[in-house]
Amino acid sequence: MWNSFSTAGPLGITAEIITFPGGNGDEIHAYVARPVTDAPLPGIVLVHHMPGWDEFYLETAERLARHGYEVICPDLYCRYGHGTPDDVAAKVRSEGGVRDDSVVADCAAALAWLRARPNHNGKVGIIGTCSGGRHSVLVASRVKGFNAVVDLWGGGVVAKPEEATPARPVAPIEYTADLEAPLLGIFGNEDQSPTPEQVDIHEEALRQAGKAYEFHRYDGAGHGFMYYHTTMYRPTQAMDAWNKVFRFFATHLKA
Amino acid sequence: MCTMIATNTPIRGVGMGADGWFPLTQATVGYDHATHSEDEHAVLIDFTNYDIGLHARVAVELDLESARAFVAQLQSVIAQAEASGVR
Repeated sequence: MWNSFSTAGPLGITAEIITFPGGNGDEIHAYVARPVTDAPLPGIVLVHHMPGWDEFYLETAERLARHGYEVICPDLYCRYGHGTPDDVAAKVRSEGGVRDDSVVADCAAALAWLRARPNHNGKVGIIGTCSGGRHSVLVASRVKGFNAVVDLWGGGVVAKPEEATPARPVAPIEYTADLEAPLLGIFGNEDQSPTPEQVDIHEEALRQAGKAYEFHRYDGAGHGFMYYHTTMYRPTQAMDAWNKVFRFFATHLKA
Repeated sequence: MCTMIATNTPIRGVGMGADGWFPLTQATVGYDHATHSEDEHAVLIDFTNYDIGLHARVAVELDLESARAFVAQLQSVIAQAEASGVR
């Protein structure tokens, strides 16, 4: 739960930018945040959204670390050059978006990086918002070794064939049979992507495939309702959702 | 949603950025998440010169109604310019 630490001994955290071998062995940046402790730690791969490797994601990494996880948030746009997150995201947009295969490779490398940490407890989750939610489902389906996956309103998990692009050739729902990690899905009922109908389609695919999942849908919330830096923010729904994320990760990564 | 709607056009002109005027080589027009306007989605227009760097960008976000009005205004001015015979 958020704001439920003991004042007798709350976890401090450290955070830094690292360079690590991402997909294809390319050296890319990542933001790493971890609790200050020698105790075994579960890991989380944090997958940023389309607006890029931005301040919201750096702060989200710190939030997750404060709840007891070693978090790595790779810069999936690192190969496009550097500048403000907005400028980099504009460049990526002009090139049709980052390729799914590139994201999968970078997140697989981030998983390997976490598993090699000296005080790793052997469990790793993956989470992202928006395109990062879609990518989280995609990565957890195509890369073995994740123990929990959280999709925060990932648009495009369900997509028509005609919506495929060179960068995003296959909708993640097509890989449902390959998903081994339990999935937590968080959605706003006023979202246009994913629409409630698309969430239903994804849920039915998971159910039919016998996958472990839990979906939560919030009234009065649309896309990005946990983005506290936007007018889309809905604090009541967002904090309830955060607590569901913390509980889900604790169940699957700390037990 | 991430619509991934974006198209590029080579252009010739100049734009005013944070460091002053610079030559433009490309216009990208998209419709996707707004990054700064209060709309969830917006028409995203970037005038850029990536030969200079990612910072060489003049960015605009418009709602659809404004984009339509802007296009009409642009076409009207172009028509008047062509009719004037002035080059």
